[in-house]
Amino acid sequence: MDESGEALEELTLLMHGFSVVLSPYTLMLMFVGVFLGVIVGVLPGLGGANGVAILLPLTFAMPPATAIVMLSCIYWGALFGGAITSILFNIPGEPWSVATTFDGYPMAQQGRAGEALTASFTSSFFGALCAVIMITFIAPAVANFALEFGPPEFFSVYFLTFCSFIGMGREKPAKIIVSMMIGFALAAVGIDIVTGQLRLTFGFTELLRGFNFLIAVIGLFGIGEILLSMEEGLAFTGKSAKISLRVVLETWRRLPRFWGTALRSMVIGCWLGVTPGGATPASFMAYGVAKRTSRDGDKFGTGQMEGVVAPEVANNAAGTSALLPMIALGIPGSPTAAVLLGGLMIWGLQPGPLLFKEQPDFVWGLIASMYLGNIATLILVLTCVPFFAAILRIPFSIIAPVIVVICAVGAYTVSNAQSDIWFMLVFGVVGYLFKKLDYPLAPLVLALVLGDMAESAFRQSMLMAQGDLRIFFSNWLVGSITGLALFALFWPLIARVIGRLRTVRPSTA
Amino acid sequence: MAQHATSRRGISSRAVEIAVALLTLAFGALVAYTSYQLGSTWGPDGPGAGYFPFYIGSLICVGSIVTLIQAATSHPAGKRIFVEWDALRRVFAVLVPAAIFVAGVYLVGIYVSALFYIAAFMIWIGKYPWYKGFAVGFGVTFALFLMFEVWFLVLLPKGAYNVLRFVGY
Repeated sequence: MDESGEALEELTLLMHGFSVVLSPYTLMLMFVGVFLGVIVGVLPGLGGANGVAILLPLTFAMPPATAIVMLSCIYWGALFGGAITSILFNIPGEPWSVATTFDGYPMAQQGRAGEALTASFTSSFFGALCAVIMITFIAPAVANFALEFGPPEFFSVYFLTFCSFIGMGREKPAKIIVSMMIGFALAAVGIDIVTGQLRLTFGFTELLRGFNFLIAVIGLFGIGEILLSMEEGLAFTGKSAKISLRVVLETWRRLPRFWGTALRSMVIGCWLGVTPGGATPASFMAYGVAKRTSRDGDKFGTGQMEGVVAPEVANNAAGTSALLPMIALGIPGSPTAAVLLGGLMIWGLQPGPLLFKEQPDFVWGLIASMYLGNIATLILVLTCVPFFAAILRIPFSIIAPVIVVICAVGAYTVSNAQSDIWFMLVFGVVGYLFKKLDYPLAPLVLALVLGDMAESAFRQSMLMAQGDLRIFFSNWLVGSITGLALFALFWPLIARVIGRLRTVRPSTA
Repeated sequence: MAQHATSRRGISSRAVEIAVALLTLAFGALVAYTSYQLGSTWGPDGPGAGYFPFYIGSLICVGSIVTLIQAATSHPAGKRIFVEWDALRRVFAVLVPAAIFVAGVYLVGIYVSALFYIAAFMIWIGKYPWYKGFAVGFGVTFALFLMFEVWFLVLLPKGAYNVLRFVGY
């Protein structure tokens, strides 16, 4: 097919998307979303996933295209906002902001907080923008390709998602498996859609509906985080920040110097972001690569602007491109993307490759809102930093109960059930224990969201093949995805073998 | 995490690690067993309801056993503290009031319960004067009330003894 013609078609569709989004009401909601998102990103215990989960019920009454704009703007806000706490307070609000503290906080200590924040926001914007451009042109192609997928192909993609968690995770594989499988088990609770039998309810009527993953997200991330912060006896001691126009312009003048670092970090971010759980490793990897390639590499960690640029470009590029598999395949790349996906299902949209064909308004509206949302976020964070920093100075003994109350309200409104508030508390304790013992939480949430879909894809495949597992290798497409999944699963072992061969060879030669 | 050299006493990481692994093992066994009872094999019309969860439960068991062995054989020399007693007390200082708050939701509804929860937390744990605690508690719950009941028309639980009945809600 004609390449340029295809690109043109996407641009036309994108313009249509802008026309969907550009109404005063939607634009207002966009700013509201960004504003809430930054607050959510700044406050301990309210990350992006959790913030979106709590606010999701408020959007049930809105048209889906408007609702997703607001929610995705909360996501952008949270992605940008994580940097504020990292730089001013040396507290990473999100795990992917950890690398930003390395050079961001020293800069703030030297009284260059304004510069650090401007550099970080601008880098975030650059990373996100590149990823959105990638999504615009690649997502439709991926979705088109995936239209051919049958149940075995879908299951193999799910399998790949989960295997890459195990293979690429920092945690012990056994713990990742336990956490993920608990998610699958919780997803199975309730009425089995195929046979109509009750599963794992143990006679409790509260469990008939099954576990809503939003409750799990709010408990695991929200309450769990509050318990952790409380245990550490958190006392915020932050640097004050004022961003004047002069500082912004001055920083912008210096930023183009780091174009090489920015490009490298962007590629790392886009690449790792598509694979699940990618934003955190992407930010560390980008920081490491920048340190190795930079002329001032040995000064990293003492307050180099380049050390802020690299992780921020990467984590926003990764955080944004995590939405690509969600839009094109219906498979989220991060817990927040999973919550957005859950939102799609609640609004009555079937996520997956057909979405592009059946709901073009929605998909292109979402993509258009990514462009606008990022611009809105950049403007808002640059102008409102002192306000957001002031929020962080509110003592924890006020913040903690307020956040618990907000989480409880969020948990209740998901399906108007008081028992869900208890489940939220239980998930909070689980989240606290798991986090302290290095069990990853993201696989649990993703498995809980995807459990039903993965199971039905597996069952349908088994029905097609009469229980023969070889169906996952029956043609080149499904075979290569399954093969890739197994490769990802056993990657730690493979890497170890390669490493051993490398060390053995020189000694024997 | 800043740890003081003086008060390094608490629950050991190893004990918690083993306890959690045993819990997940029990959970996995439960899932596998009930799925087995439901029919984890090939039924007349395809895989049974317990087909998929059975493997899930089994995998939880395998993962838990591996974790258990790793924890049990870990070197006791590198004795890590999971949580110090002081810190644990702070954790319970959040958890217990939160549980009382949730119980209160059933009784007097989320607004009244939240007001007292925030106020009590600020007064006892934050050592604020009582009027400040109640002022913040009232402010937050009033804002929530406006946002949910009035603007977004989402009704929140009022409890068995609805105090807000008198103002028309």
